[in-house]
Amino acid sequence: MWPGKRSLILEIVARWSAVTLLVLSGLTTGCQERADEIRIGEYGSLTGGTATFGTSTHEGVMLALDEINKSGGLLGKKARVITEDDQSKPEEAVTAVLKLIKQDEVVAVIGEVASSRSLAAAPQCQTNRIPMISPSSTNPKVTQVGDYIFRACFIDPFQGSTMAKFAFDTLKVRKFAILTDKKNDYSVGLTDFFRDTIKKLGGEIVAEESYAEGDIEFKAQLTALKALSPEAIYVPGYYTECALIARQARELGLTAVLLGGDGWDSPKTIEIGGKAVEGVYFTNHYSEEEQRPEVQRFIADYKAKYGGKTPDAMAVLGYDAMTMLADAIRRARSINGPAIRDALATTKDFPGVSGKITIDANRNAQKAIVVLRIQGGHFRFVSSIPP
Amino acid sequence: MDQFLQQLVNGLAWGSIYALIALGYTMVYGVLRLINFAHGDVYMVGAMTAYYIAHWFGFAGAPSLPGFLVVMLASMATCAVLGALIELVAYRPLRGQPRSSMLITAIGVSMLLEFGGQRVFGPDPKFFPQLIESHSLFAAGGVVLTNVDLLVILCSLGLMVALRWVVMRTRIGMALRAVSFSFDASALMGINVNTIIATTFMLGSALAAAAGAMVGLRNPKIDPLMGLMPGIKAFVAAVLGGIGNFPGAVAGGLLMGVTETFVAAYLSSTYRDAVAFVILIAVLLFKPTGIFGKVTVEKV
Amino acid sequence: MHALKHLARNNASPVILLLCLWPLGAALERWLNPYYLQILVYIGINMILAVSLNLINGITGQFSLGHAGFMAIGAYASAAGTMFAWPGAPAALALLAALVIGGLAASLAGLFVGVPALRLRGDYLAIATLGFGEIIRVVILNTEAVGGARGFFGIPVLASFGWVYACMVLCVVMLWRLVYSTKGKAFFAIREDEIAAAAMGVDTTRYKIIAFTIGAFWAGLAGCLFAHFIGYIHTNSFTFLKSIEILVMVVLGGTGSITGAMLAAVILTVLPEVLRFGAEYRMIIYSVLLIALMLTRPTGLMGTREIVPAR
Repeated sequence: MWPGKRSLILEIVARWSAVTLLVLSGLTTGCQERADEIRIGEYGSLTGGTATFGTSTHEGVMLALDEINKSGGLLGKKARVITEDDQSKPEEAVTAVLKLIKQDEVVAVIGEVASSRSLAAAPQCQTNRIPMISPSSTNPKVTQVGDYIFRACFIDPFQGSTMAKFAFDTLKVRKFAILTDKKNDYSVGLTDFFRDTIKKLGGEIVAEESYAEGDIEFKAQLTALKALSPEAIYVPGYYTECALIARQARELGLTAVLLGGDGWDSPKTIEIGGKAVEGVYFTNHYSEEEQRPEVQRFIADYKAKYGGKTPDAMAVLGYDAMTMLADAIRRARSINGPAIRDALATTKDFPGVSGKITIDANRNAQKAIVVLRIQGGHFRFVSSIPP
Repeated sequence: MDQFLQQLVNGLAWGSIYALIALGYTMVYGVLRLINFAHGDVYMVGAMTAYYIAHWFGFAGAPSLPGFLVVMLASMATCAVLGALIELVAYRPLRGQPRSSMLITAIGVSMLLEFGGQRVFGPDPKFFPQLIESHSLFAAGGVVLTNVDLLVILCSLGLMVALRWVVMRTRIGMALRAVSFSFDASALMGINVNTIIATTFMLGSALAAAAGAMVGLRNPKIDPLMGLMPGIKAFVAAVLGGIGNFPGAVAGGLLMGVTETFVAAYLSSTYRDAVAFVILIAVLLFKPTGIFGKVTVEKV
Repeated sequence: MHALKHLARNNASPVILLLCLWPLGAALERWLNPYYLQILVYIGINMILAVSLNLINGITGQFSLGHAGFMAIGAYASAAGTMFAWPGAPAALALLAALVIGGLAASLAGLFVGVPALRLRGDYLAIATLGFGEIIRVVILNTEAVGGARGFFGIPVLASFGWVYACMVLCVVMLWRLVYSTKGKAFFAIREDEIAAAAMGVDTTRYKIIAFTIGAFWAGLAGCLFAHFIGYIHTNSFTFLKSIEILVMVVLGGTGSITGAMLAAVILTVLPEVLRFGAEYRMIIYSVLLIALMLTRPTGLMGTREIVPAR
């Protein structure tokens, strides 16, 4: 009985392995025959705690793609964007990018919004010499990974210090507290730059507390901050937690002004935060109230394509990253990695919706920052600070 | 001192939630000697159900206290049914089997609820409607007590008292205590053990659902994986209080909530989760029967 | 099957097999699609994990839910070694040292968990080991030196098909010989009835600690290979969920069967890839599989038997 069963099992295993290998090999052969299009990869958080970042960026990228293909495509061929979801997780970002590079054989990659995820995936792009443009990762470490990594936005030393100066000079705040998201390079970086500038200006950081992305209870930290009576609290995190923090702060009777970075930029901020987020100031890449013709035209096109929705900064930057890449490919006149990289590095005064983009020696974009204020359920423009 | 009191209030509100979930664990362990891993996920389903009921039946648009109570009760009823269903399908067939099989099945059910929930409810977090406007009730010195916090504490207390009444003053409660004491003897005495176990699951699940609805109200972000951590922590709370012991579960839950809050405030919030496990290991090493537990001798 | 029997009995055949693996690996790296190579490597790593957990759970009957914690320690300790201790070392030597460090660090943790575990039974042991796994994860999460909450980047990619399968062969041969030796019967005795075994004179303490320590050692090794294959690790890869995934492999294969665990590792690594189009359903299928398995065939595919007769 036993020998028979043993060989039966082995036979089944052998048969299934053969079938599996056949299926898998069949799946690979289909992938090579697409020479008549140019494939660009996009990875982002379409689901998870920062889902609006990924979806907004994606919408901006697709709008740009439509325009590019309508006006003749890239180098005479149709352009195509292959999108992978990283579920707001850094490990998944690595897997997504690997798949895009190895299996889909893209010529360049756009992504990601969150600096942690950009940092996770960038080494893969660098090793494989595929140019990567992050539309909105602001942590300086991202482009330091290598010379194939670019970004279409400003970096956090600029962002952190701008908010610090604004709070000190314009809002006349002297006593600050900081609530950092310890799980995020972006948040940790911004905290450092903000703190340094405040100290240099002569302000006082009375307390610092931390939380982790995904937390829902912040009263313990907020109570500890409240005891030291700060005039303003800097919360450089992502919108889901920030809106909840604002609500719980107001519930505890904390009246300090709340300040933030571009992580606050999401339609969900007002939806979650409600009245609690009124009066919050945050730094961002663009304001829908800007009167420049490019901005208004973009808003009109976006609303037409996406059912009347007003674009947020992530959508604008996604659009700019895509058009910047298309411009570089056209100037390089090739889909070769190093050629595209060189063309990107020499981008000068590119007319982006978020402002004129010039890529500097560190592959970062030199652009202006806007300060916005949440008032009456809208993001209102306060001021614009040039680089 | 103000900060201390405020943190205490924060901790008690959070601890009441743990207490409610812990009661469910302790009840099921008492009758079946099974750690119902899926219990934390019933809490999640309770929160989600409350969310959907609030939206479908228009409660979201008209914030009110009775509205919230109706939503909570409806959620409790739904999850009671879910609890009974889980017991019927996944645990009852395994009644005579070694305990590891039941434990693995419990893990399987837990994962099914979590990932099935991600499929059914969508993986993105949802934001519970503000059924009750949160405002501070009184601010004595620097200590603020919001109406929502008070509601959570009072509701939890009310449910616990109701449970105690059921367990101590009704026939079903007596049967429940009998089954906890001795499974076989109760069956021999003519108690329908299956009905009692089903009732146990229904009561526990209803409490978990209530906890879920209240958490939805207080900390409005809910998602399909929200039950994992609170579930484990509530189990630790039950062990801390003495598993199988009802007042122990309550004490354990409150203690857990307060400890966690103080660790987050005075140490670092990233150690918040580890606190539960350190307490667990400490309890298991030094006093495995918990604060109120009784020592049982293992017979060969 | 004669060949497999030889593997277990004499010393020459494992060595020959080992030496063949590196050339095989080099050949595969040249001709096989990197995506498939990655799957093969994952199969190897999962086999080590499943077989090592099987020693603790299946063969010795100690219900441990913290295996991912040991893997995490192995991964982070070895990565810290290659990154900080000797960054310039030649590849093979560095990986060898990393493996040793990872394995030893993890086995120390296994010892640390095993000793208190001596007093606990069944459910309590499960929860306690779960707790240890989570404590390990949270401590690593708070250690800035290894990247903390953002993950550990830039680990040199030193592991390859050859290394992974060599370790796997070593692991299987070692555990097979340990468990199916005369003294190894003690493990089975402890699983069957611990009190009776103690009454018969089996030093249950010693064997339980051996099981935990060796199981943890191999889990740490698997973690090291994992870290040095991907080049990036994050505590999110070592959660309770990972422990469950390994547990499912052990349960599917048959608690107590080494070859069963290996078979299950293959099936459960390939299955999600084949089902990639339904990736959202993967975990649902996992959980339904687990429940169905427990309801219908709790002994798993192989039960307690091996594909090749053990004795």
